[in-house]
Amino acid sequence: MMPVILWSDALVFLLLGACCVAFWHIRRHEHLLLPWRRVGRSAVAMCSLLVLSLFVLVGLLDTLHYRVALNGAYSPEVLSVFDKLAEPLRLHTEKTYSAPLAVALYAKESTTDEQGRVVRTYPRLKYGGAHLPEASGYDVARRALTGAIAGVLAGLLLGFKARRAIGVTVVILAALIGMTLNLAAVYHVLGTDKVGQDVLYLSLKSIRTGLIIGTVTTLVTLPLALFLGVAAGYFRGWVDDVIQYVYTVLSSIPSVLLIAAAVLMMQVTIDTHPNWFDTAASRADLRLVFLCLILGMTSWTGLCRLLRGETLKLREMEYIQAAQSFGVSSMRILSRHIIPNVMHIILIALVMDFSGLVLAEAVLSYVGVGVDPSMISFGTMINGARLEMAREPMVWWALAAAFGFMLTLVLSANLFADAVRDAFDPRLNRS
Amino acid sequence: MIAYLIRRLIYAIPILIGVNLLTFALFFVVNTPDDMARMQLGIKRVTPEAIEKWKLQKGYDKPLLVNSRAAGAGQLTDTIFWHKSASMFVLDFGYSDDGRSISHEIATRMGPSLAIALPTFLIGLACYVSFALLMTLFRATTLDIAGVALCVVLMSISGLFYIIGGQFLVSKLWHLVPISGYGDGGFKFVVLPVIIGVIGGIGSSSRWYRTIFLEEIGRDYVRTARAKGLSELRVLFTHVLKNAMIPILTGVVVVIPLLFMGSLLTESFFGIPGLGSYTIDAINAQDFSVVRAMVFLGSLLYIAGLILTDISYTMVDPRVRLS
Amino acid sequence: MSLLKVKDLVTGLASGLAIVDGISFEIAAGETFALLGESGCGKSMTALSLMRLLPDGVANLSGDVVLGGVSLFDLPERLMRGIRGGSMAMIFQEPGLSLNPVMTVGAQIIEVLALHQGLSGALALQRCVELLAGVGIPDAAWRVNEYPFQLSGGMKQRVMIAMALAGKPRLLVADEPTTALDVTIQAQVLQLLRDTQASTGMAMLLITHDLGVVAETAHRVGVMYAGQIVEQASRQELFSRPLHPYTQKLFAALPQAGLRDQPLAAIPGSVPPLGSIVQGCRFAPRCDRAWSLCREQTPAWITLSEGEGVRCHLYDRIEDGGFRIEEKTPKLQDVAKPNPILNPESCILKVQDLQVHFPIRKGILQRVVGQVKAVDGVSLAIAKGKTLAIVGESGCGKTTLGKALLQLIPPTGGRVVFDGRALGARASMQMVFQDPYASLNPKMRVAEILEEGMSALKVGANSAARQAHIDGLLDKVGLERAAKWRYPHEFSGGQRQRIAIARALAVSPGLLICDEPTSALDVSVQAQILNLLKSLQQELNLSYLFITHNLAVVAYLAHEVCVMYLGRIVERGSTDDVMNHPAHPYTQALLSAVPRIDEGAREYIRLAGDLPSPANPPAGCHFAPRCPCVQDICREHYPNAVNVSESHVVHCHFQSISVDGMTALD
Repeated sequence: MMPVILWSDALVFLLLGACCVAFWHIRRHEHLLLPWRRVGRSAVAMCSLLVLSLFVLVGLLDTLHYRVALNGAYSPEVLSVFDKLAEPLRLHTEKTYSAPLAVALYAKESTTDEQGRVVRTYPRLKYGGAHLPEASGYDVARRALTGAIAGVLAGLLLGFKARRAIGVTVVILAALIGMTLNLAAVYHVLGTDKVGQDVLYLSLKSIRTGLIIGTVTTLVTLPLALFLGVAAGYFRGWVDDVIQYVYTVLSSIPSVLLIAAAVLMMQVTIDTHPNWFDTAASRADLRLVFLCLILGMTSWTGLCRLLRGETLKLREMEYIQAAQSFGVSSMRILSRHIIPNVMHIILIALVMDFSGLVLAEAVLSYVGVGVDPSMISFGTMINGARLEMAREPMVWWALAAAFGFMLTLVLSANLFADAVRDAFDPRLNRS
Repeated sequence: MIAYLIRRLIYAIPILIGVNLLTFALFFVVNTPDDMARMQLGIKRVTPEAIEKWKLQKGYDKPLLVNSRAAGAGQLTDTIFWHKSASMFVLDFGYSDDGRSISHEIATRMGPSLAIALPTFLIGLACYVSFALLMTLFRATTLDIAGVALCVVLMSISGLFYIIGGQFLVSKLWHLVPISGYGDGGFKFVVLPVIIGVIGGIGSSSRWYRTIFLEEIGRDYVRTARAKGLSELRVLFTHVLKNAMIPILTGVVVVIPLLFMGSLLTESFFGIPGLGSYTIDAINAQDFSVVRAMVFLGSLLYIAGLILTDISYTMVDPRVRLS
Repeated sequence: MSLLKVKDLVTGLASGLAIVDGISFEIAAGETFALLGESGCGKSMTALSLMRLLPDGVANLSGDVVLGGVSLFDLPERLMRGIRGGSMAMIFQEPGLSLNPVMTVGAQIIEVLALHQGLSGALALQRCVELLAGVGIPDAAWRVNEYPFQLSGGMKQRVMIAMALAGKPRLLVADEPTTALDVTIQAQVLQLLRDTQASTGMAMLLITHDLGVVAETAHRVGVMYAGQIVEQASRQELFSRPLHPYTQKLFAALPQAGLRDQPLAAIPGSVPPLGSIVQGCRFAPRCDRAWSLCREQTPAWITLSEGEGVRCHLYDRIEDGGFRIEEKTPKLQDVAKPNPILNPESCILKVQDLQVHFPIRKGILQRVVGQVKAVDGVSLAIAKGKTLAIVGESGCGKTTLGKALLQLIPPTGGRVVFDGRALGARASMQMVFQDPYASLNPKMRVAEILEEGMSALKVGANSAARQAHIDGLLDKVGLERAAKWRYPHEFSGGQRQRIAIARALAVSPGLLICDEPTSALDVSVQAQILNLLKSLQQELNLSYLFITHNLAVVAYLAHEVCVMYLGRIVERGSTDDVMNHPAHPYTQALLSAVPRIDEGAREYIRLAGDLPSPANPPAGCHFAPRCPCVQDICREHYPNAVNVSESHVVHCHFQSISVDGMTALD
């Protein structure tokens, strides 16, 4: 087994490290901790944070990649710890579509029965409900119930000391997880897609893609917006003119078009240099990283403008003038006075942007300028499932799963972002 | 004020030049025409001759910036930059891969785009502002809280869902209007995309307007208006709305020219023959000339929007108009 | 028969925390009742309570307000709207923010006329013009179509008054109506309010923190402290015999020339936070006459006579003739000695012809079409260990001058010589800023704030030496040493200003430029800071350049005064010369406009109009258009400096004529 660190993995680790450093730093400074305590007091924020952390957990497990040793060489397939944990889900592929919790395929097929006659029936699934002689609602209910009860018990154990809203969330989540786990052992809880892959597995795999788009992009956005915005606001004059020019040019191109153009060009580069990549995963991964880069390049302008405006206001503050009258150097004024006082804007902008980016990924992938078609993401799931809308009867579960997971992720991100904004925005009244 | 607008117009020129250079760099420098030819032809059929032929067909058989073989002004004009990028300034967008004039295509497709985008914009604006005013009027009550919660949920739902779900519900379950297509541009083809477009924006826009209204309602002049004995509705409609127009216009007017570009998603889902679906088709077919043209057109319209915003300020804000 | 009766009004947060805690007063028609108090005492909340215009989250909890026989709290909102702007109107502190910026002045007034007088169309317009003319707005017929941003601050407040009068109110609530205005404009507005009251017979509730404004305008006064009225009396009674220790302290804390050689009676500490004192007298922690009873038992309201009373245990046995405090002894001993003439060698700072011009750009190409001459040729000198005050109204360029001296704004021309050298070393000159909330970085600890200048200017050998220095500084400015580990938001305004002073002192400057260091502070805290500045000067032999608009502070603190008008110094001299024998008509007007608490008759010189724009100063003497004794020559030539005495210089043709006349007589 060989650990593999893809580009996106490295960036995630970098982000994680940055978060840890920030956490440690904030822990030691009471005034930095203060707004976070306000976040902590909000039940909505804590509940959504709980949901988010489940998503992040799945995403992180899916980020630890490795390649299996295969008689001397390494398998070209890159797997993750999550793949290993969800191995049954990953390997139990059916022939084609099957509905959630079904025991048979979704469409009739011609088969030969024991008598040698050709009959059109719904063939049984290889894995889904294979332990049963025939479909049984009773078995589903029993498994769901036992799973849920186990979950509730575990949830009560974990959450009995927490505040009421959080405790309730813990119990509900635990029940859901318990139910799903118990059912997923023998069923395809969310059905299977066209090539028979388990939709639950696909949905869970999509989480990492969404999270990476939402967070790694900030690695590009943040430094650009911060340094250029603060520099433009503080130095003014020609520095300001140049920076304003650059961001006006960039923001004047409708972002979808700019992204489309950049992704098309990136595609040309990738296609003309197939020798750069040793595995399909690393190729898809590089495209993902590039997508983040491009999204970052197109989305830093808004934050930059915001920071420029704030810095213009701050530089007239009397404490900055006091520092100037001591002859404190510009770099020091920027790092000690200005940047700490715009951090709340950055934080608010980043948490607010996250959900937008997750949603944007789906749209871009649908348009064809998102992630690599071979990469599992909400966008590719929707794109694949959309074509089946016209089928009679309709194949709805893949779409529903993708939208459902995305809604949960984005909604909890939005709720959390709101709480962060409420806690950090000095303009909001806090009486 | 006129001097101010003229200054803004002049300021637009370097920005367009910047956009032009950026697209040029993106399309011709990051990847050379040879790379594009290789990609378009497919790996298998690549021969030096095929590449040359492809480049000749598309007019990419010239040097990028300086043609040392040409004489005089030709040194600069007989280049890819001059033919493919600089020419866009006179709205000459060249030809798409299937040989049609892009300018003509844009001219004919603007109509359908506008037929969807303009009603969506106007109805949407009216809906969002009214909803936000309603929440502001009942601020800090259950109605307001429920409204905000609804907004958060609505804005957490993917735009794709609104389109797919709406299309399914209305056209498939209820058989009310055609599922897609534009036909003669009649009402029944337009109504569904417009409704879905409006619903898709309700969450984020209403919430944003509500924030603006709430910020205004906390100002001192509102207290003065109340101290005059005006009713809360009068205060909201005459005083707050007038002042809130200024921040609202900043975000709203700038998109008006971009309405011509249509919406990528809506148009491609509903099969509207507008500029949005044109762009999507071009992206899927990797037709670089069209994408390039749309990028330039988009920024042109955006800058027009910025200037329009400035003009609209002079209309609603006497401080801008009179000084 | 009182027009307004307020009884046991309690206003507070929904949680029950009272901001206004049981206040009662009455106002008769034609009478002005002033609510006097420092910031945060609940006086504005009282006004908003009467109007039923409380902000979200604050509510009237109990009590009764009766206006002309109608109990306001019992009215449904619909009827209350008829009272608001009708029989009861209100004007606010910030005229600039209180008018709708996108509506014309006329439209805003006509709104009231339509609502309460049923006027519309030409009739309403005509009435509107009358109202505007009535409050002294020139060209009213033309001004009705203007927007608030086209009017000056004083004009805006006049418009606010006109708007309030439009509904023919029987009670006018004026919430700090002149606090945002310059002193000459303040005098105009107060006069207007008095005249209006005289002609309409309306009652007025005046809310203010300024004893001078009370002295000039009010008939009766209620002194508020921490949500309660602690003393109520007629103006004469209050000013001659303040009863409550708080009121007495407020008077004693006022800086004035007669107290120059003694520290002001500052009230220690600051106003207690909301709800922090539940038992005992709320002033007890700051009161030097408090005894155990004051901390244990809440003092009851003691009525002394009709409409007069006090809330203090000192007067519990007033019936026995017990604790009545003797009349305030006049402390005004004229101790001011004539200042020795400045010895040029002893000057720490010499400024010659300093100019700061800002270009005005216009047109398509943004060409420079003119200059705003914010500072236009200022010369001055400050002696070691002395205080030079720069006095002027807002917009006269005094702050720009201070910043230009510190090179925070690059001067356009002129020479600054510090301690014999051309300006260079930063450590020698430091600044204390106006707003204690904006002058300290909220993200830095006090120690870091104080250390910043030291490390930038390499003061102190090592970190330990700097820390020791910081401890010493905190001692000096009267803060605990433990304060250095805390963040600015944990300190009150006065404490922050102490930190700001410590920061400036950290690099041992010879000269401190103080830009309105006390204008954002309450009177009692202002006294603390002035005392501190004075003792530091004696201790460290510091020089101060004290920039202010507050003439009382100047009289108390300064040795020399420069009066600025439109970027130029119009009069310069020792404090006594300038304050007692002003030679320039502007200085005379400025001094006469300051409201006084002593009731001696004084002649008020009314200045016409507003400060002209420094972008386009009037020809000749800048003051000519507003000058009461203007002559032809004033409109043509800028007057040269005239020596009134050896320590007193003035730029005025009038003076030069009289001085010339005298020389001719000799």
